[in-house]
Amino acid sequence: MKLPETIRAAFVIARRDFTATVLSKTFLFFLLGPLFPIALGFIFGGIGAQVERNAAPATVAVVSSRADFDLLNAARNRLSPLGTDRPLVALHRVDPEPDPAAQRQRLLTSADEPVLGVLEGSLFAPHFTGAVTADGRTVQQMKLFVEEARRHQLMPLTPGLPVEVTLTRTSSGSVAFARNLTARAGQTILFVLTILLAGMLLSQLIEEKSNKVIEVLAAAVPVDAIFLGKLFAMLAMSLVGITVWTSAGAAAIAIWSQGGLGSLPPPAVGWPAFLFFILLYFSMSYLLIGATFLGIGAQASTVREVQTLSMPVTMSQVVLFGLASLGVGRPNSAEAIGAAIFPLSSPFAMVARAAEQAALWPHLLALIWQVLWVALILRLASAIFRRSVLKSGPAWRWPWQRRKRSA
Amino acid sequence: MGERAIAAEARDLVKDFDGKRAVDGVSLTVPYGSITGILGPNGAGKTTCLRMMLGIIDPTSGSRTLLGRERPLEAAREVGYLPEERGLYPAMPCAEAIAFMGALRGLPIAEGRRRAIELLRDRGHEDWAKRPIRTLSKGMAQTVQLLGTIIHRPKLIVLDEPFSGLDALNQEKLEQLIRDQAAAGVTVIFSTHVIAHAERLCERVAIIAEGKAAFEGAVDEARSKLRPIVHLRTRAEDGPWRAALPESAKKLGGEWRFELPASGPEPLLKALIDGNAGIETLSIERPGLHDAFIAIAGEAAARAMGHATAGQEAA
Repeated sequence: MKLPETIRAAFVIARRDFTATVLSKTFLFFLLGPLFPIALGFIFGGIGAQVERNAAPATVAVVSSRADFDLLNAARNRLSPLGTDRPLVALHRVDPEPDPAAQRQRLLTSADEPVLGVLEGSLFAPHFTGAVTADGRTVQQMKLFVEEARRHQLMPLTPGLPVEVTLTRTSSGSVAFARNLTARAGQTILFVLTILLAGMLLSQLIEEKSNKVIEVLAAAVPVDAIFLGKLFAMLAMSLVGITVWTSAGAAAIAIWSQGGLGSLPPPAVGWPAFLFFILLYFSMSYLLIGATFLGIGAQASTVREVQTLSMPVTMSQVVLFGLASLGVGRPNSAEAIGAAIFPLSSPFAMVARAAEQAALWPHLLALIWQVLWVALILRLASAIFRRSVLKSGPAWRWPWQRRKRSA
Repeated sequence: MGERAIAAEARDLVKDFDGKRAVDGVSLTVPYGSITGILGPNGAGKTTCLRMMLGIIDPTSGSRTLLGRERPLEAAREVGYLPEERGLYPAMPCAEAIAFMGALRGLPIAEGRRRAIELLRDRGHEDWAKRPIRTLSKGMAQTVQLLGTIIHRPKLIVLDEPFSGLDALNQEKLEQLIRDQAAAGVTVIFSTHVIAHAERLCERVAIIAEGKAAFEGAVDEARSKLRPIVHLRTRAEDGPWRAALPESAKKLGGEWRFELPASGPEPLLKALIDGNAGIETLSIERPGLHDAFIAIAGEAAARAMGHATAGQEAA
């Protein structure tokens, strides 16, 4: 059948599928679903920050003179910019008592002011006692504090000019790092969306097969058109969902994070082109993986079979994602180019490339290549469907079966 | 039949399913504007033949043409098809379902919706238009699907077991619809396992039994394969007149039944009168399609048709 007729028929199928999905009540849940974890993320994010703020830093009791303690605490304050992820161990001075052993014991078991350990014996012969790891963070920090304090005790700060700082916008190291990050973010977005949305295509032909509509369809239009229509109907539905989610996401970022999108590292092709590529490569990835799923799902005759198939199919997506992420950071490596050539991982690999390299022509090439494969997979899927489900044409045989038959 | 153009033709269609032959060399010719019945017991291969002719499946070997096209799907816009297993989307409103079936075959959706309402109104069912299919009874859903089959005004309609599942009233309505379509110049092919429908409607029949076409041609031609049947009751039990009866004559409940000998009724009558048979009743009947079916397809196939072979649809 001629191509325009196939496309016309596919449009009729797609229109039916799209309206049947979008106008159903369940579609509302579909739209709201991904917003639940985002909302939860905000709530728990808030709780987490609260917990973090409430937690006081670990403290060590220092049994020493005021002078020694001031030197130690000054040393701690000078070193504290290095402890960016977790604050350095806090110090708390206690006046020495006549019985050091009893005092140590009392401090270590005190419930009112819990401490990690006790430091005694002045800067000259310091001794740390505590329930910590021998070479752990606390012990190392205490050693550093003591060494720093001793240095200052002997040699006060020498005057001189402070380090002059000149800020450049980027350096090659920072750009590569940032683009790497954007590449991975792009791939992850693509992966999450595809894994969320493409699985639905597995069950797309179950309805027609169970209520026998397939006979009406197959008698009127080519099976190619049925597959094509179903694929694009689901893509359109997914894009409706993505539009809603990104709008909600963008609104959330605009409300909760000042300067939001601007603070993300810029991709090589620039933001507008990169967002366009994400949309384009999502569509391609959806069409490629979706066409494969449609073909696999079309072989299943019950919902049970589809459910059984969905796990291995999801795992294969994880493998594809892994394959594509091998090449991130090295866009010209064999891994990256291989992932771009292998049709099912090609959109993932290419979205990473868009973040890393400014050249646009490889994208044109990749898109043509991917479209070609969508057509090929659809043709193959519909041919297998006709052969094995509709039982059309001569039965397919393995070569050895052919020999047996002709013998 | 050479003077009429051919709407559909099958030549030596063969279909194997998993190594088992379902259809074994069926040939079929359907002239334009005719009503053709495909007759045979369940599982004889009727549906498979129709599916091959429509291009839903490809034959293992053999060829077919549909409205002059080698690839049947290219004629899809001019063909209507009611499958044996009816299928509609349960959530679709009736008018939408009818319009959708038209759209599949190239009718613009807006025009389809307009015609769907019109068709439903003509039958007094305008209240169905917005009701989802799932709220309809089986018979109602079948009516909707039938309307969807003719919505795009096809030149050829293929109906697979259209009468099954319908009550007597709706069967009559369907017969009328088939006659109306044929009167409007539409070619109709339908399959049935009920001989009475074929006998009442068809101009041509194909008798399919065990995957083979046992007969294909005009209904009259099928009947003329059999000689007229003589039913005779006599007062005399025996006599020289018995020699005039053919050897195959059978006596059932006091009535002789046999094929009219080739020499015709006159020598028979003369022998009966001269031999003092004492004729009580004598009738010479043209064989029905049912008798022809038994003669052509065999007793086994006739038995497979079950109670329906009585010539009346009991359901």
